[in-house]
Amino acid sequence: MKAFAKYGAVALMLAAMTGCGDKGGADKAADAGKTAGALTIGFSQIGSESGWRAAETKLAKSEAEKRGITLKVSDAQQQQANQIKAIRSFIAQGVDAILLAPVISSGWDEVLGEAKAANIPVVLLDRQIDTADASLYLSAVTSDTVEEGRVAGRWLVSTLAGRDCRVVEIQGTIGASLVANRKKGFEEGISTAANVQIVRTQSGEFTRAKGKEVMEGFIKAEAPGSICAVYAHNDDMMIGAIQAMKEAGLKPGSDILAVSIDAVPDIFKAMADGDANATVELTPDMASRAYDLLAAYKKDGTQPPKWVQTPSTLYLPDTAAAEYERRKDLY
Amino acid sequence: MSGWFMEARSRLALLALVLLANVLVAPGFLELRLVDGRLFGGIIDILNRGAPVMLLAVGMAPVIATRGIDLSVGAVMAIAGAVAAATVNAGHAWPVAVMAALGTGLACGLWNGVLVTIFRMQPIVATLILMVAGRGIAQMITEGRVLTFTDDGLAGVSSASLLGLPLPVLIALAAAIITGLLVRATALGLFIEAVGTSPRAARLAGVPAPGILIGVYVWSGLMAALAGLIAAADIRGADANNAGLWLELDAILAVVIGGTSLYGGRFSIGLSVLGALILQGMRTCILRSGLPPELNLLLMALVIALVLVVQSPACQPAIARLTARLTRKGTA
Repeated sequence: MKAFAKYGAVALMLAAMTGCGDKGGADKAADAGKTAGALTIGFSQIGSESGWRAAETKLAKSEAEKRGITLKVSDAQQQQANQIKAIRSFIAQGVDAILLAPVISSGWDEVLGEAKAANIPVVLLDRQIDTADASLYLSAVTSDTVEEGRVAGRWLVSTLAGRDCRVVEIQGTIGASLVANRKKGFEEGISTAANVQIVRTQSGEFTRAKGKEVMEGFIKAEAPGSICAVYAHNDDMMIGAIQAMKEAGLKPGSDILAVSIDAVPDIFKAMADGDANATVELTPDMASRAYDLLAAYKKDGTQPPKWVQTPSTLYLPDTAAAEYERRKDLY
Repeated sequence: MSGWFMEARSRLALLALVLLANVLVAPGFLELRLVDGRLFGGIIDILNRGAPVMLLAVGMAPVIATRGIDLSVGAVMAIAGAVAAATVNAGHAWPVAVMAALGTGLACGLWNGVLVTIFRMQPIVATLILMVAGRGIAQMITEGRVLTFTDDGLAGVSSASLLGLPLPVLIALAAAIITGLLVRATALGLFIEAVGTSPRAARLAGVPAPGILIGVYVWSGLMAALAGLIAAADIRGADANNAGLWLELDAILAVVIGGTSLYGGRFSIGLSVLGALILQGMRTCILRSGLPPELNLLLMALVIALVLVVQSPACQPAIARLTARLTRKGTA
């Protein structure tokens, strides 16, 4: 049944896209009377590989609706070629601006050059690109992944209030810049406190199953009761680690402090149950900031900063139940 | 039996080496404790964590013996887990979910078997279809999220224990013993090997080759579904993107370490299980070693390369000479 619903949605999207092509002339006629709010924006999204990305797309749509923006979303299904096609099609349709969540960091110069030649501003969402010519895009709205780690580290230091603490770290997939940054940030966050030290670090590959297996190993390899906190680079690995602690007869959240990053719905459930202590949000609401800076740019040419950082907000158990309700249908 | 033991010798020695490495990394590794009627200890951890790959290897060995391969097992794990999670979340009882997952595994195996046998597709291509599409099917069922469930019965597939052993260990051992009996206590194993050696000669000799071929893929699908159930129960959720990811390669490796030839015609269930345990033992050792995680894959690859080089035909005469000299010295 769900499969049919998906195909139905794809068919509708195709119908809508061909429809757009037909009334291109009408759009241009309407251009004259356009206000800064009534923009048409094309959004080349990577895909829907995770709940977070699905939430990013949902929020991009709902925030566009609030502002009276016509948003055209193109799902690239993880392929750069599809993103380049989508951007060319947006240029051909004469959109007012383009949002791009780039699937990889290189190889954008040519197509973004075409957008620049057509005078269409491009805003990057949640990832940066490698280019020698920074004028190819107007701005990049992303989170500060080093800051996310710092917030987590600082929370741990202030919670401990001077108590000695041996921390185990569950890293994401080795080689990702995100992992290097979240590691570096956390190390910076705890660098002021001599009482906090990372004693073990291992990769849980961002998944629940590997996070659980790694935590089981940590518990076995360390002397009983000597682990005081666990820091995971994402919430999913923490959820796996929480299960490992429970199965080993430990109480996550009190015996072992648990801090992770992302703020996905399930970690709020864990916090509400007292199994986790803190999470740092990687907000899926990237598009609204892009809309705001585009509106200002279109209105009076205000140049936005090249890098707009979304806040890395710390969430604690006191708001967990409410946050879970707010997010559970978004992801 | 003694023949099996002769062949198993080198793998048992390897397993012993891997366990020794674990002891060096974490003293107390070999300790077994009985808590609340359940055994805990390093060996149990390896058996427990290794259960999914053991199951996959048990299914994979007969397939490879027919000169085939099943690349879809990882994806079938993801589908089976997703089906089970979706079934309990729809309000059905956990036995229904388990049955639905196993049924899905059988259907996936049947699909592979039909493509290979009736449509004469090369196994690597035929099963590649489901390897790629299967994860997509699983993602559709879970809508791309980790589909969590709270049903304790289904979670029990991973967390329950019987006779002091975790259920996944018992499931994997039972599957290995049943499969071993099926192929060795009957002529089935010989038939499978005959099909792998020469399908035409087998057919002429009266072996029901098409039935055997379909059968091994169906069995592999069933084993993958069991593994998928364990993986989903382990994290109380179906993770369509990651469940069973790349495990088909681990299963093939386990079977190869077990001495099964990729050219077909020869296989051993018991040695394949040993292969799976060797792999898991190495993984556990590396995870607990405290070495930088950047080295995980490199270490794993180096050890596997070493194992396969030692087992290669080129090295066999040298090793035979070495063991002969050692035993001569021992007796002299």
